[in-house]
Parts: sequence; structure tokens; C-alpha cells
Amino acid sequence: MSAMANPFPQAPANWKLPDRGKVAMAGLIIAESAIFTIFVVAYLFYMGKNLSGPTPREVLEIPIFYTICLLSSSFTIHFAGKSLERNKRSTFLGLWLITILLGGLFLYGTGQEWHRLIYEHGLTISTNLFGTTYYSLVGLHAFHVTAGLAMLCIVGIFTLAGRVGPGQSRRVDVLSMYWHFVDAVWVVVFTVVYILGR
Amino acid sequence: MSANAMVIQNAQVVDRTWVETLHEWLTTVDHKRLGILYIVFALFFLVVGGVEALIIRIQLMHSHNTFVSPQVFNRMFTMHGTTMIFFVAMPILFGFANYLVPLMIGARDMAFPRLNAFSFWLSALGGFLLYFSFLGGSGLYGAGNAPDVGWWAYAPLGARAFSPGHSSDYWTLALLVSGFGSIGTAINIIATVLCMRCPGMKLSRMPLLVWLNFVMAGMVLIAITPLSAAQIMLLVDRYLGGHFFDTQAGGSAVLWMHFFWIFGHPEVYILILPCFAFMSEIIPVFSRKPIFGYPVMVAATVCIGFVSMSVWAHHMFTIGMNSYANSFFTISSMVVGIPTGIKIFNWLGTMWGGRIQFKTPMLFSIGFLFQFLIAGLTGIMLACSPFDWQLGNSYFVVAHFHYVIVGGILFALFGAFYYWYPKITGRMLSETLGKWHFWLFLIGFHLTFDLMHIPGLLGMPRRIYTYEPGRGWDTLNLMVSIGTFIQAIAILVFVANLVISHWKGARAGNDPWDAWTLEWSISSPPPAYNFATVPTVASRRPLWDLKHPEDPDSRYE
Amino acid sequence: MQRKQNSIKLSALFILALLFLFIATTAAAALADPSNGLTNIFAPESTPAKSIVDLSLLVLVITGIIFVVVFALLVYSIVKFRGRAADAGREPAQVYGSTQIELAWTVIPILIVVVLFLATARTIHAVQDAPEPATALEVTAIGHQFWWEFRYPRLGIVTANELHIPVSDAAHPTPTFLKLLSADTDHSFWIPQLAGKTDLIPNHPNSMWMDPHRTGVYLGQCAQYCGTQHAKMLLRVSVDSEEGFKAWVRAQQQPAVEDEKATLGKRVFETTACINCHAISGTVANGRFGPDLTHLMSRSTIGSGAAENTEENLRRWIENPDAIKPGSLMPAMKLSDSDLDALTAYMETLR
Repeated sequence: MSAMANPFPQAPANWKLPDRGKVAMAGLIIAESAIFTIFVVAYLFYMGKNLSGPTPREVLEIPIFYTICLLSSSFTIHFAGKSLERNKRSTFLGLWLITILLGGLFLYGTGQEWHRLIYEHGLTISTNLFGTTYYSLVGLHAFHVTAGLAMLCIVGIFTLAGRVGPGQSRRVDVLSMYWHFVDAVWVVVFTVVYILGR
Repeated sequence: MSANAMVIQNAQVVDRTWVETLHEWLTTVDHKRLGILYIVFALFFLVVGGVEALIIRIQLMHSHNTFVSPQVFNRMFTMHGTTMIFFVAMPILFGFANYLVPLMIGARDMAFPRLNAFSFWLSALGGFLLYFSFLGGSGLYGAGNAPDVGWWAYAPLGARAFSPGHSSDYWTLALLVSGFGSIGTAINIIATVLCMRCPGMKLSRMPLLVWLNFVMAGMVLIAITPLSAAQIMLLVDRYLGGHFFDTQAGGSAVLWMHFFWIFGHPEVYILILPCFAFMSEIIPVFSRKPIFGYPVMVAATVCIGFVSMSVWAHHMFTIGMNSYANSFFTISSMVVGIPTGIKIFNWLGTMWGGRIQFKTPMLFSIGFLFQFLIAGLTGIMLACSPFDWQLGNSYFVVAHFHYVIVGGILFALFGAFYYWYPKITGRMLSETLGKWHFWLFLIGFHLTFDLMHIPGLLGMPRRIYTYEPGRGWDTLNLMVSIGTFIQAIAILVFVANLVISHWKGARAGNDPWDAWTLEWSISSPPPAYNFATVPTVASRRPLWDLKHPEDPDSRYE
Repeated sequence: MQRKQNSIKLSALFILALLFLFIATTAAAALADPSNGLTNIFAPESTPAKSIVDLSLLVLVITGIIFVVVFALLVYSIVKFRGRAADAGREPAQVYGSTQIELAWTVIPILIVVVLFLATARTIHAVQDAPEPATALEVTAIGHQFWWEFRYPRLGIVTANELHIPVSDAAHPTPTFLKLLSADTDHSFWIPQLAGKTDLIPNHPNSMWMDPHRTGVYLGQCAQYCGTQHAKMLLRVSVDSEEGFKAWVRAQQQPAVEDEKATLGKRVFETTACINCHAISGTVANGRFGPDLTHLMSRSTIGSGAAENTEENLRRWIENPDAIKPGSLMPAMKLSDSDLDALTAYMETLR
């Protein structure tokens, strides 16, 4: 039977299904949100329950500058994506590198804050409940920023090698979704740790 | 010859060495092969977990028995629970989902074949890690030790202070790693179902198996992750001096319980939904009628998915929550029984007015219906929190959940094996051996798990390596243990059937059961590409439409 | 024809098998060795336990009815709608659903759930929110790996493993209100005849109450896995008459008996590591890690129910606790035989 009639009915005229990269990233974001929710719940549950050691009010300083860096990077990555769709490759590369820079600055800020907390205030993950929950929550977020930055750098390298064009726009969008997620998580973490927690 | 496979004239078949075959299997990204790998992996651990159960039951045959030491017994029940949930039930259901979902939606593979392979090997690594603990766990007394903190690892028992050595770390890491594998598979299933359906297959035309696995995958995303989070916190406590669950530093043991059961309860619904899926495919075919009330079945599934996320603290009725919390979890636990019960009625409605064929898949399905009904009713008893203050943490609970998992999930799985084995291997399983398997297992199951309720009512707690005489527990425990041996024999019959039929079974052909979903339109076993031409569908039972062009479903939907 | 007969035979066999299984299992249960009923949840001797039994009867009746109805439908459909040889090749009517039927079997379960929930909520409040009367006896139970510490704060008593409480008369009730704490991991206090179980969780105090109506000894054990010897963390509650309880309290409030014949053993006790973990009031021993031994001989068992409290068992225990309760946290004391004899003799005087 080298030629056969298709026994199945006619295909519908317009059959369009969602992009699987975006659906998969949405699924990953949902799963990661659940993980962060549990860490946030633990943080909220243990607020004010320290038996000893430094309290948030005593040692935390609100990281306004580095927060602005991270949140701005959402804008730059968004416009980078738009530029790529229109094949404005140099604009894309510029905005992409600025995104990486802003994300890197945020990580630097986190590192600086931790250095101050550990060496000036003696707050470590094992000091008290605040230390445990703070370093775990902020650290989990910083880990996700680092992973995102690594992926951004890989895309950056491919761009410098000239291999990223409008055809890769869809994939770059998927990565942007992740980056936006990381920023959204920071909004929550920031509110919980630096506003509610103090 | 399937209407949807290609025949290539003068093709040359190349012989492969066993090394090449092994390499092919180890590096495969084909959803069918990965499905088989998951299933074989799970069957291996089913035997291992079963041996652990036999050890437990031999020790409990009479009071003050000394078959194993308390330390070994505690490791056995920990490993039995952990193995059966994470390395038998989850992988076998993922295996069936992997195999069937793309076929049933007319796709050529899952959305992300490489992620699929990666997820499987992560789960395999998890299984290996858990059992490596026997060698590498170095507990307090020297050589390797398996974890012995129960499969919930309640705080502070899992803390460094009460669980020295590395046995608890093997538990934590094994589950963390396989948890990530589960999340990968769940993402894959969701992306496949949403993005890879063949033309014409609207969501309202998907087979119920696909719907149920889709909802299950969504639940995995938000239920497994709390366990992963809690395990990361436990590792922080154990290795970085954290205090998440350190009660001496103000930490809370109850917080671990909440996190664990926020995972643990939806987890059992994750396990049962694919079994509902099997029932929803098998019962219609062997009753020769479509599923009764497809839209309500979908709605009930989604309902179960959501409500099951709100019942977790019915595992915590005795920890001292206030009466309002206890009342809330009582009502939510009862409410989740409503859509579940509706499903039983719908299956009955499917059989009603049909022409039932009592082949082995249907025998197991009927067993499932009977046993799941009883399990659901003992669940309602446990949902009443005052009743749970007596029944909780006793053998009544152990009997209840084994009724669900063995009487429900395992029976449904056996049905699925007998139903889809012909499609996977091209051979029919022996009906004779199948009936022996069914009846032996039914008798053993009921002997064990019907009687097991009674020691619970007589005050026997769970997780005890021995018990006192004179409480009325002795004879009952002996008979419970005898039943497990009968079940073990039945499993051996099943394994023999799987193996013998692979070579001696009757050839199956495309569609041995005269069924109606897309997987029966291609050859058995299917070609690597599944469908030569991507099918299009106009109803929920595309093959019914083809076989009955005078009365197609598409006219009524 | 043959296939039809086989089908009928199969269905009949199936149903008979199920019936047989049920009868067999019930018979087995009846034949099970007679229990002294001391841990049967359906033999309540206290108000909380009785409230639970009353609720459970309602639940059992409702679930029983549901089971009978659905099971009957299942059996009927298997018998009536089995495929017959004569039907080969013909498909039955393809019914897709029925809105009325599906509505009915949604509404009826909802009503059942409402009824069950209301009854349950009443019992929850009655048991959990019962106020503590002034005449109540207060006891603090502290869970340890693998024994129970009982303190009577208002009476100045510290004891272990065997709880004595007064019987409670309906006319003037004297219930016992327990405060539940833990020194290490999670435990659970369960005496089925007196009350539902409540957990003892570190850093999470709990409370429960019971008002036993009859004197006697009630048994139970720890019901939350707490480690190696969870199985041998047994409970023994002695419900005494009013006078009996007063006598017991008076005896417990005395400091330890000073018997000149046992001074050698007492010196062994006071100069060995024993005092690190144990307390005997009236001596220098004030350790709290292990049970209070002041009135050790007033208890019928040792090791929290692991063995009868006989001289021989006591000697074996002190020599090597692991021989009786492997995994218990008391180390083998490695005493010489003469020291061991003297020490045991001293223990035997602690009435």
C-alpha cells in the first residue's frame, strides 16, 4: 500500500495551537512560584519569633538602588526582544548587554549586603530564625538571578557571534519570560523582607 | 496492516549487536521507549518494595516476634513507603502517560523529547541514590544504613540531632532529584497536550486519559514543589546550621507537617487521577458504550484538582489545631469526596445498558470500582476529625490507604497492563494466566486489607516493630500476613505472564479490543514515527466514526 | 451458547467469591483471639471517647447505606448487562449521559456531606472546646524518647510511665486535664478507651481531657513514630477511686524511702553516672533526662511497659537496657556484679 486515501475527516481550516516553548516556560514559572511561596510562607511564619540575635529592623537597609537596577532590566529585556523582532540587531545587542549589566549589578548589591550583614552584624544563616529564613529566601532568589544571567550571557555570546536574528525571536521571548518572573519574585521578596518584615 | 503505516518496498533490515541495542535504549528520546523504561524501572522497584513489605509482615505475624531488629524494621517501613510512592507509583504512571498521551492526541512524540529523557534519568538517579543508602548511609553504628525516619521524615526526627549520619540525607536527595524529574515530565505533558494535538482535536474532544494526565501534570507543578522546598530547608538545617525546623531555636515541627502534607495530599490525587484515566478508557470499551457524562467527568477532574489542594491538614487532626481549623479540613475533605463519588457513578452509568465483556482488563476494573468505593467510604470516616482522633495513626489508616493504592491504583494499573500490553508489544497477554493473576490477587488483597482495619479499631498504632499480646491483635495480624504471601504469588504469575507472552502470546494486530481512540489505528507495536499521516478527528471517538459511518459520534457532539 | 454459559458462570463465581471473602473475613475477625478489650475504641469509658463513638455510629450507618446501594447497583449491572453470545457484533445503544440523573447524583452526596459535617462539627466543639472546671486534676505529660514523664504541678509530684487519675463521677465531675509537651521528637498520647489521641510536639504545647467513669487500668501507647523504640513506649493509666487516688498522691509526695540495708546500693547510685539522668527526691540525684525513680516500686512495669517490674528484670535492665529494649537511650552501666546486686537491692526499696 504505497498510496492510500486518508480515512480521517477533513482538517479544520484554522488550527493554531500555542507555542510550546512559552507553555513550557509558563509551567516552569508556576512550579518555581510554588517553591518561592513556601519559602515566603516560612519567612512570614517566623517573623518576630527570634529567640535571640539581630532583628531585621536593626540590620536591614532597603536596597533601593539595586532594586531599581533589577526592575529596569525587565524593561531593557522587553525592548531588546522587540528590537530583535524588527531585526534591529545592534539595538538588540546593546539592550541585551545593558540587561546583563543591570542583573550583574543587582547580584553585586546582594553580595555587598550579605558581606555587611555577616561581618558587621554577625548575622549568618545559623544565627537565628531571621538569619535562616532571610538568607534562604534572598539566596534562592539570587540563585535564580544567577542562573538567568548565565543564560543571558550565553545568548549574548551567540549574538556577538552573529547567530541571533529574528528567527530566534521566539526563543529569546521564552528566556525573557523567565527574566520577568525573576523580577516579579523580587517584588514579592522585597515587600516581604524589607517592608513587612521590618 | 494499519491504514496509517508505510510499507517500503525492498527495504533492507540491518542486524544490530546487543551493545548497539543497549546504546539505543540508553540514549533514546522516543516517548514510547522512555515509557517502557519508566514502566520496567517501576516494576523492578515494585518487587523490591514488595519484599520490604513481606519483611514487615513476617515480623508482625505474632506479638514479640524477633524476625528483624527494631532498627531494621524501621528502615523497612520507611523504605517501603518511599519506594512505593516515588519509585513505583509515580514512574509507572509517568510511563503510561508518556507512552499513551502522544498516541491518543495524534502526535509523533512529546513536546520536548530530550527533556523527557532527562526527566527519566533523573528519576532513575533518585532511585539509585535512595538504595545506595544501604551501603553509604553510615549511621551511628558504622556501616551503611537506609533512612529510618518514616516516609514523611517528620521534624525534628529528621534533624541532625535525632538522625545522625547520612541516612536521612539519602532520603532527602533522592526525592529532591526525582522531584525535579517529575516536574520536567509534568511540564512536558502540559506542553504536549496544549501544543501538539492533531487537527480537529479540540480540548473537548480529547480522550479522558489525556484530560486526566493533563490535570495531574498541573497538580505535579504545584504539589511536588512544596516538598522540594521543604527538603531544601531540611538540608539547610542539617548542613548549614539553619533553624527552619529546629524546635530548640524557636522553629516549628508543625511547619514541616504543613509543608509535607501540602505536598502529600495532592500527591495521592496525582497518583489516582491517571488510574481514573485507565478506568475511563477501559470500562467504556468493555461495556461497548461511550463514557457516561464526558463533560461532567472533565469538570469533576478539574474540581478534584483544585479541592484536593485544600484538604491537607486532615493528616494533622491530632496535632492540636483549634476546632475551627479541624472543622474546615473536615468539610473540605468531605467535599473532595463528592466529585470523586460522581466519577464512580459515571462509570456505573457507562456499564449500565452495555454489553459487558469480562476480559481481564474489565475484571480488574470491576475490582477497582468495588475497592475504590470502600476506600472512599473509609476515607469519609477518617475525614470526620473526632473519629480520626481515634483512627488516625492506627492500622485503620494503613488499611485505608493500602485499599486506595493497592485496591485502587494497582488494580487499575493491572487493567491498563492487560489492555495496552498488546499495543506496546504486539502480543496479547494470556487470558488464563490473567484470570489466575486476578483471582489470586483479589483473594490475597482482601484477606490482608479487609482484616487490617480491625486491629486499628482495637487500638493498634502504626509503625511499631512489635506489639503486646492480649490485645486481640495476634490472629488478625497473622492472617493479614498470610494474605501478603498470596498477593506475592499473584505478582509472580503476573510477571510470568508479561515475560512468557512477549514470546508466546497471540499476535495482537492493530485493534484487538475493537476500541475507539487513535492509538488503535496504528500497528502494534507502533512504528517509531507513530503516524505516517497526522490524523484529523471530528469527535471524541474517531475510530467509532470510522467503523460506524452511518452513526458517527460527530453527529451528536 | 458455550460462551454465554461461561459468562454466566464467571459472573456467578465472581459474586460468590466476593461474598465468601466477606463472610470469611468477618468470621476470622470473630475468631480472633479474645482481647481484654482494653484498647478497643468502641468500648469507651470516658466522655470524649463516648462522643466519638456516638458520632462514629452515625458515620458508619451513612457510609454503610451508601455502600449497600452502590454495591447493589454494581452487582446488578454486572449481571444484567453482561455480554451474551447472541449479541456478538451488535453494539448497545450509545448513551452519552443524562442531565437529570447526573444532577441527582450530585445533589444527594452534597446533602449527605452537609448532614455529616454538621454532626461532626458539633462533636469537635464539644470535645475540643470543653471548659476546664475548677475541680479538674491538672497533669503535665512530657514525651521523651521512649518514656513518659508525668508531673502534677499543683500536687508537687513527678513520676513516669504510669499515670494515676481519679475516677470522675457525673454528679461532681473530677476530669483530668492534660497538658502535652515534648522534650525531643513528636509523640502521641493514646488511650483508646478514654479519649482520642493528641500529639506531643516540641515547642507546641497541646491539651486534652478525660473523665473516666469506671475505675480500672487502661492501656495505650505512643501513636506517633518517634524513633527506634516507638513500639515500646507503652502507657498505663490507673483510674483510682477517690480514696485510692488520695492515698496514691500522699505516697508519691513522700521523699524516697531511706532503708539502712540499702546504703551500699545508694552509694553506688550516687557515685555513678546514674545521677546524670535520674532523680530520687531526698538525695543528690536530680537528673531529668531519664524517669524519676523516687517511687519506682509503685510501678508495675519498667522501661515504659517493656518488662514487668520484677527484681530480675530490673537487674537485667540496669546491666544492659538494650537486652530488653534495644535502642533505648539508657546506656549499659557496666557495673561489677556486686555493685549491680547492691544497686538493684536499693532500687527495690524505693516504694
